[in-house]
Amino acid sequence: MSSQATPLPEEGRLRSLVDFYGTMMRTSVVSQLQYRVAQYFYMLGMVAEPVIYLVVWTTIARQHGGAVNGITVGQFAAYYIVWTLVRNMNIVFGAPFWEWRIREGRLAGDLLRPLNILHYDLAFFAGWKFVVVALWIPIAVGLSAVFHPDLHPSALEIVVFVAAIWGAYFVRSMFQATIGMLNFWTTRGAAVFDLYMATEMLLSGRLVPLKLMPGWVQTLADFLPFKWTFGFPIESLVGSLSTRSLLLGLGAQVMWTVIGYVLFTFAWRAAIKRFSAVGA
Amino acid sequence: MSTTASIIHVSELTKIFKVPEREPGLRAAAKSLIRRKTRDVHAVEGISFDIEPGEVVGFLGPNGAGKTTTLKMLSGLLYPTSGEARVLGHIPSRREKDYLRRMTMVMGNRNQLQWDLPALDSFELNRAIYRLRRADYVAMRDELVELLDVGDLVRKPVRNLSLGERMKVEIVGSLLHRPLVLFLDEPTIGLDVTMQKRIRTFVADYNERHGATVLLTSHYMADVEALCKRVIVIHHGRILFDGDLSSLGNEFAAYKTIGVVLEDGDARLDDYGEIVDRDGDRITLRVPKADTSRVAARLLSDHEVLDLTIEEPPIEDVIEMVFAQSR
Ligand SMILES: Nc1ncnc2c1ncn2[C@@H]1O[C@H](COP(=O)(O)OP(=O)(O)O)[C@@H](O)[C@H]1O
Ligand SMILES: [Mg+2]
Repeated sequence: MSSQATPLPEEGRLRSLVDFYGTMMRTSVVSQLQYRVAQYFYMLGMVAEPVIYLVVWTTIARQHGGAVNGITVGQFAAYYIVWTLVRNMNIVFGAPFWEWRIREGRLAGDLLRPLNILHYDLAFFAGWKFVVVALWIPIAVGLSAVFHPDLHPSALEIVVFVAAIWGAYFVRSMFQATIGMLNFWTTRGAAVFDLYMATEMLLSGRLVPLKLMPGWVQTLADFLPFKWTFGFPIESLVGSLSTRSLLLGLGAQVMWTVIGYVLFTFAWRAAIKRFSAVGA
Repeated sequence: MSTTASIIHVSELTKIFKVPEREPGLRAAAKSLIRRKTRDVHAVEGISFDIEPGEVVGFLGPNGAGKTTTLKMLSGLLYPTSGEARVLGHIPSRREKDYLRRMTMVMGNRNQLQWDLPALDSFELNRAIYRLRRADYVAMRDELVELLDVGDLVRKPVRNLSLGERMKVEIVGSLLHRPLVLFLDEPTIGLDVTMQKRIRTFVADYNERHGATVLLTSHYMADVEALCKRVIVIHHGRILFDGDLSSLGNEFAAYKTIGVVLEDGDARLDDYGEIVDRDGDRITLRVPKADTSRVAARLLSDHEVLDLTIEEPPIEDVIEMVFAQSR
């Protein structure tokens, strides 16, 4: 027996992580491209939601002499068309995915690998976003032709927007993954997930631009994570936020990402403890 | 016994699952909302063993014996209820990255490769996950691909591969980081005989080349016979036997088989032992172990014997006897 078994030398930590993200994103682009047709139908279905909001608000605005609370028809169009991009960016693995991952016995394999599980999901969807955005462009062109958005962003707004859609992605990833942890204890995690989605609907700017909400709702939204995943990125491009508000917004996204990460880490540790006790 | 040299050290390892007890009926369902009744399943009950570097050990036992549960505790997927496990100096349940980088667990019925992509793409991902240097990765990948002869298969989407082909590329993916310890849970399950052989040879080669330690379970005795000098037999979560495969028969077989070819092909041999086979001139008798030499001597003196062999019963039968004796 030749027992000179030695482990292979390790590549540097950071270098490997960058390498992982690069490889995973490439992998995910390739695999998602195989599903581009399905992807497209999915996106068309998704676009129905903002188009309904847009038609409703456009109608109301027309009845009120072309604007609601100072938001014009063209601005509504800009808001909800940018909405479609933000929505594509902030789709992440949520509670249903975690349910699947556990049920299908996928988790065991993931746990055997020497890498934080968040990296898989973040890297996978990060790659997926490039496919999605490419597919989104023609939809945006089509919507613009129909609804004539009033959109004149400055260079700074564009830069902040590009950062903010990734910020939205990270914030939402952390919170959705944290909720996903409920699946380890209950088969009724979906109820909490639905509650999250309903709250998000109202407090994020997804259903209605926050500007149209009562003052106290807007204040409440400032102090919760939801707005930073929808309303803020949209308004960074569409609205007329001050430079200060733009930068504060990015700061809020960083803060919520960190808070979400800490929450996830606690939840994940407890979840793994539970999982390793009851088995897969 | 010193345990410093052993690569796997297991002492009084125990796993008890608490499973919810469901009674039929509405009333019971309502009651269970308030206090959930559970039942204890003793999957593994205080097992102990040590495995030295480079050993290939077969882990045998009927369905539900606790083999998978043990392997899951050793790979860090399950916390033990009590007892101790140490592998490569690590406590598996802590799942330290240094540990995970040095071991692998292959489950015959699981798939970790990306379904829609060629295995090569998944291999690249593993390279990054296991922090391999490119040169090491390429060398290891090419070696494994050659050993398992999967050069063409790794370029096809995994979903287009047959079960056996998938298992082979799965194994390549699981070994790219050149683990020092391999846990193989039914790696050949559901595969045809040729494929089983191929994987068997591969495990032997890998062990030889890299001095890796292997703990494997299999339904197929042929796997164990070909690979393992040592076997651990487990039943109802307890160890029944731990030692050389060759001595398993000595210890547990209640009988041996005597094969004879007689000059007089029509001779009646009923009262020498139970006739289990008659193949041409060759007659196979089953004889209680203690009587073997006496019966052989009688045969030699009573008949004109052309050939006579005394054999241990097939290992499958021995294993069956082991389990039968422990019921
Ligand atoms: N996650 C689990 N929850 C409850 N019981 C389990 C679980 N996993 C295994 N068991 C039980 O533990 C025993 C041992 O199972 P296992 O280790 O899978 O056996 P083997 O691999 O030897 O067939 C069986 O009775 C099985 O039903
Ligand atoms: Mg099993």
